[in-house]
Amino acid sequence: MDSAFGIMMYLVGLLTMGGIYAIMSLGLNVQWGWTGQFNAGIAGFFAVGAYASAILTSTGSGALMGGLGLPVPVGLVAAMVLAGLTGYLVGRLCLRLKSDYLAIATIGIAEILRLIVTNEGWLTNGTRGVSNIPRPFESLGLPWAQIAFASLIVALLLVLFLALQRLARSPWGRVLRAIRDNETAAEAVGKNVVAFRLEAFVVGSAIMGLGGALTAHYFKFIGPEATEPLMTTFLVWVMLIVGGSGNNKGAILGPLLVWTLWSAMEIVTAQLPPEWAVRAAYLRIFLVGLMLQVVLQRFAGGLIPERRRGT
Amino acid sequence: MLEFVNFYLIPGLVLGSIYALGAIGVTMLFGILRFAHFAHGDLMSLGAYVALSFVAGIGLPTILALPFAMVIVALASVGIDRAFYRPFRKGPTIIVVIASFGVALMIRSLIQLFWGVEITSYVQGIQRPLVLFDSLRIAERHIWIIALTVVFVVAMHLFLTRSRLGKGMRAMSDDADLARVTGINTRAVIAWTWLIGGGLAAAGGVFLAMDTQLNPSIGWNAILPIFAAAVLGGIGKPYGAIVGGLVIGLAEELSNYPWFGFEPLLSPGYKSGVAFGIMVLMLIFRPSGLFRGRVL
Repeated sequence: MDSAFGIMMYLVGLLTMGGIYAIMSLGLNVQWGWTGQFNAGIAGFFAVGAYASAILTSTGSGALMGGLGLPVPVGLVAAMVLAGLTGYLVGRLCLRLKSDYLAIATIGIAEILRLIVTNEGWLTNGTRGVSNIPRPFESLGLPWAQIAFASLIVALLLVLFLALQRLARSPWGRVLRAIRDNETAAEAVGKNVVAFRLEAFVVGSAIMGLGGALTAHYFKFIGPEATEPLMTTFLVWVMLIVGGSGNNKGAILGPLLVWTLWSAMEIVTAQLPPEWAVRAAYLRIFLVGLMLQVVLQRFAGGLIPERRRGT
Repeated sequence: MLEFVNFYLIPGLVLGSIYALGAIGVTMLFGILRFAHFAHGDLMSLGAYVALSFVAGIGLPTILALPFAMVIVALASVGIDRAFYRPFRKGPTIIVVIASFGVALMIRSLIQLFWGVEITSYVQGIQRPLVLFDSLRIAERHIWIIALTVVFVVAMHLFLTRSRLGKGMRAMSDDADLARVTGINTRAVIAWTWLIGGGLAAAGGVFLAMDTQLNPSIGWNAILPIFAAAVLGGIGKPYGAIVGGLVIGLAEELSNYPWFGFEPLLSPGYKSGVAFGIMVLMLIFRPSGLFRGRVL
């Protein structure tokens, strides 16, 4: 009975984190899957969202600004607005750049945001990070607090999915895909390509910010190491490509699958003797990198490829 | 004045040389294969760690371990190209960029797996700098780094201007289709671009580790200034990359000099942001770079 309960709680945890990654993957899908924008700075927008919500909702953690103790929904909305605003500024600066340059520029912006997070102690508490971040429903006690938070994530994911499904079929979504497939043609039929690209970038960034905020609330803590490119930028990219970029269903399936694999590998490596367990963690990163290569070369469309109607 | 030379100018030149060695490979690959190679920094890390094995394993001095590291990483680069980049040659280049992003992490995780994550260095203990003319202080390793960079750059110059392959490389960078029609062996050119780019990256990595210390993300942390150097010099222009590397290296070090009053101009914590600032300005106002390179 105990082990069944343990397994269930493990699955709840898996669903929570997998769901948060799915939200970020949906955001990347708007930018890359629909519009063909190579955002290699997901970690930056994640950081803006996570810190915005953390500073607004945490309670009195000493020296740093904020600790305002505002309600969590305020934090989540502020995270989306600030991440979207960051996306707007970045977009105004960089969206004129072609794919490779955009990748370099966004990675640079993510690194600068990481420098700010590490150096501006008055705002972010520096390397010590922000603690005392509230998690919704935590007063319910175990196990219901976990289950309720997981349900919240699933509900948010569902709402986001339905909204994006509508957007994908709307004229707006169609224009984005037209820009991705043939920018010149889209311009020739009178679409304001720059404005559409900027809008898509802002929407995607805001969704990534939401993902960052939810992560901060889940762990009740956010520090600079959470904004390293590996756990956010790279993993979200692998998840979207494995799932199938351009398809919202794929953008959800990929993260759930990759996160399950990632966690399962952790269980295996934890069985190893301690001197091997540390190193085996890096083998895990290697295998995820290899998985990306295999999917790119053999299953370019991902598990649920984009459905293209007609030609 | 001497403080400026000893603590800002010389470190700037050293850092600039290291960036230049990385940027030559990045800009040539960008010019010939048309993609931003995100794993280039991690090739530098690989070079640094291969050299460490020769230094710590069989007790070679660092400078003698350098050629081994360069050859091994050069060959590894060709292998990586065959396995992970060549399958995408016909498709959109952005897929190769994603693949190189993955390769970067694969290389880094292999380094962490085989060499561990602890910070190490080639030589233990404090190295005293040489004192020239009573007041000019320069560390021996800094002399090696600058001198060997000059040697590599001259060798590359001779290769590009005198050899058939080198001329083919420049031709392909200017116009790949035209080069192919004129009968240039594009496969050989691509292989040699990887050999040279990988070898120089390894040298840059070893120098970086000599100058500071080894850690598995040493190369990844250098990739942004290296891209900045390549963009500044003009994509596809190896000589531009050298100038770009030196400018970026000097700008990073000199940004900490107290130009006005006694405070550093820019807090040292933001040093790595300087390269990015220069790069964004270049991309917006003069995307062809100083040496009129390609604009993608």
